[in-house]
Amino acid sequence: MKAYDVIVIGAGVVGAATARELSRRQGRFLVVEKALDVCEGTSKANSAIVHAGFDAEPGTVKAKMNVRGNEKMDKLSQELDVPFQRVGAFVVCFSQEELPKLQELYDRGVQNGVTDMELLTGDQARALEPHLSQEVAGALLAKTSGIVCPFELTLGLAESAAKNGVAFSFDTQVTGVEPGEQGWVVHTSQGDFSARAVVNAAGVFSDQVHNWVCEEKLHITPRRGEYCLLDHTAGNHVSHTVFQLPGKYGKGVLVSPTVHGNLLLGPTAKDIGDPEDTATTAAGLQEVLEKSALGVKDIPTRQVITSFAGLRAHEDGDDFVLGESAPGFFDAAGIESPGLTSAPAIGEYLAELITEKLGLSENPAFDPLRKGVPKVKDLPVEERAALLRKDPAYGQIVCRCEEISYGEIRDAIHGILGAKTLDGIKRRTRAGMGRCQGGFCSPRVMDLLSQELGLDLTQIRKSGNDAQIVLEKTRGEG
Amino acid sequence: MKVDIVTIGGGPAGLAAAIAARESGVEQVLILEREPELGGILNQCIHNGFGLHTFKEELTGPEYAARFIEKAEALGIPHWLSTTVVDLQRQGDRLLVTCVSRERGLQVVEAGAVVLCMGCRERPRGALNIPGTRPAGIFSAGTAQRLVNLEGYLPGREVVILGSGDIGLIMARRMTLEGAKVKCVAELMPYSGGLKRNIVQCLDDYGIPLKLSHTVVDIQGKERVTGVTIAQVDGKGKPIPGTEEQIPCDTLLLSVGLIPENELSKEVGVQLSPVTNGPTVNESLETSIPGVFACGNVLHVHDLVDYVSEEAEQAGKHAAAYVQGKRAAQGREIPLKPEGAARYTVPAAVDPQRMEDQLVVRFRVSRNIRKGLVQVYGDDKLLYTRKRPVMAPGEMEQVVFQKAWLTGGEREIRVVAKEEEAK
Repeated sequence: MKAYDVIVIGAGVVGAATARELSRRQGRFLVVEKALDVCEGTSKANSAIVHAGFDAEPGTVKAKMNVRGNEKMDKLSQELDVPFQRVGAFVVCFSQEELPKLQELYDRGVQNGVTDMELLTGDQARALEPHLSQEVAGALLAKTSGIVCPFELTLGLAESAAKNGVAFSFDTQVTGVEPGEQGWVVHTSQGDFSARAVVNAAGVFSDQVHNWVCEEKLHITPRRGEYCLLDHTAGNHVSHTVFQLPGKYGKGVLVSPTVHGNLLLGPTAKDIGDPEDTATTAAGLQEVLEKSALGVKDIPTRQVITSFAGLRAHEDGDDFVLGESAPGFFDAAGIESPGLTSAPAIGEYLAELITEKLGLSENPAFDPLRKGVPKVKDLPVEERAALLRKDPAYGQIVCRCEEISYGEIRDAIHGILGAKTLDGIKRRTRAGMGRCQGGFCSPRVMDLLSQELGLDLTQIRKSGNDAQIVLEKTRGEG
Repeated sequence: MKVDIVTIGGGPAGLAAAIAARESGVEQVLILEREPELGGILNQCIHNGFGLHTFKEELTGPEYAARFIEKAEALGIPHWLSTTVVDLQRQGDRLLVTCVSRERGLQVVEAGAVVLCMGCRERPRGALNIPGTRPAGIFSAGTAQRLVNLEGYLPGREVVILGSGDIGLIMARRMTLEGAKVKCVAELMPYSGGLKRNIVQCLDDYGIPLKLSHTVVDIQGKERVTGVTIAQVDGKGKPIPGTEEQIPCDTLLLSVGLIPENELSKEVGVQLSPVTNGPTVNESLETSIPGVFACGNVLHVHDLVDYVSEEAEQAGKHAAAYVQGKRAAQGREIPLKPEGAARYTVPAAVDPQRMEDQLVVRFRVSRNIRKGLVQVYGDDKLLYTRKRPVMAPGEMEQVVFQKAWLTGGEREIRVVAKEEEAK
């Protein structure tokens, strides 16, 4: 049985952040993930917001982690070469009666340690964000709120961890965790592993993992949120994230630019039973479109290029469950919003607890820097020309909508945690994420995957093992 | 590098435009093509039926393209393949075309005129907001066509097709011939958006049911499609509760409309029509930016490639006259207004001083019309009327507009499509 100091269950943003923080220390670390890639669960389908931290109740773990995570994001995004922008956020309300609630949020923010907030009248807010609806009566502006690419953040953290010595085992479903001689035995679809400590970062399954080990049970309700994503042509419709204060129209939805220049609308919030049910619904998508129009006018909804749903891991206690729940068993359970923002802080916190517990020493070779796939399209013309002279593969465009080259896709395949699937390429490079949604480039990307990985086209997957794209050769000589 | 005319795209439009420009006496014409071969989407259209109007014979897509490729090669028109145009800007009276390729790296080509020939793309699932899961097995019909015809792989065995556009119909037959079972074609509208001949030859001949006024309301399957649910829709396209039917399948093909690819046109500031999603052009097929011309599916989605070639030839000639300084002096532009069932017109304006004796005005209708009329009015004066026994949204209509009809003083020209007996 292979032995590790720490096994992290789950390669979402929390697992990846914890792994990276652990890699600052010396030890044998392993991340196990049931999917074929990082960022395949809650981390891939959310609002992509780095929250300021005024939402959570003061004193909660959520509040603490949110503010700390937000603080860490500037440096982290630079180290990891991940797009992050502090665009600021508005929370808008639609009546004078609701203004005190904005004040409450403001006060809560102050208590949580959030800086750079302002209360504005409707007109003041509209002057800064012209597409805010006339119905907006007042707004809280939180300037430290930001947007990030959740895929690239998770991948950046994971690749940084891998670069610094953390092992990753994909396609590895954990089937049980039991006490063992060395601490814990983690049973998986790829065999058993032993670990001195285990981190539970299993997202919507974190209650299940926790309950294998702990007396005090957790209960997570998957809360589904549906979103619509609009084309670049709509990306400038707002320049800040626009939240709605929960009020007379119920819990609102947000309208936000994304770091890649799209416009994001959502999410709905529906508690469901199935922790894998990420299907969108007609009613949900309609709700997204209707509610987003309350706060922001003239949203060009004809520019929707895709819709999706994600699950938040809502724990009954309504707070993150963080820390050592059994000797050597560390929970990061119930990580719902603001989980993406909090992940770097959660990783830092858990790694410190584990370091103390196991007596890990510093890793002198730790390198905080990680380079992503170059974003050739965004380079200034001269730099782009120079890069193309050096490596002509960056001149062969494969995805026309997002202008992604052969070189970028090749790099994504051969990265330290290289892409193996069509979705893996999409998330690393954005090939297939544009307005045609892979209509033109997916056969070309499949060809590339097949060439670079030496696979037949029938072996190329969209995401999971059963997500075969083409089934067999045609009858002809083909 | 400097040239007289660049065609952006080497499909049927780019080829015909480049050939016409060269035959008009323009020395330096350059075709920029993003694919490794000329011919555009025709290369994957291996079925026949192309060229009946142009060549009076039925050719396959690649055969049709080959006629133009051979001609372009005989004329010595240079083409850069696997070359993607990433930016288009106007600087003074020159146009700067920035393109990238493996072979030449990043190049800025300076052109006197540009003909936009980028074609169109298929609307994706997201544009329809079809609910359900997001598994493998959902393809736009054109993507499936490429996988089958060019890659030689079958994307599915049990297929439902949403949308009865021509590519969907063609793929229903193609998948059937490859051994797949096409369970039905669902169409949101009460009529098909495809050519009548395709419905007969691709569906009826193979016993594939066409379910009009139906849409997909749910997609099932976690990793690969396991089924879809279709439902009947009301007059407004809303699904009618209680009419749902679950159909087990492993593949959903979408043929739900084509969108002209005008991202480059926008960069140079070309004005677009909200109806066609293509540039607004005048009688010379010139866009709102001087020296930028457009033709083919980037201008408006065509039904037959023959008309693309015809239109592109005109665009090529006009671009040639532009760079040669041979155009008549600019006069007053008279707007063309679609009316009744006519949804748009291409061109959208005519300058009587610049128009040739005849001008083909193309448009589509918004609904099926039996015993119809096409009329042209100059202000309130009836200039032209023609009976059309059948008009359908899937087929392009045209009027051969005569210069002699105009006095030049008209405020507007109206192109009307309607029933003979006004309803």
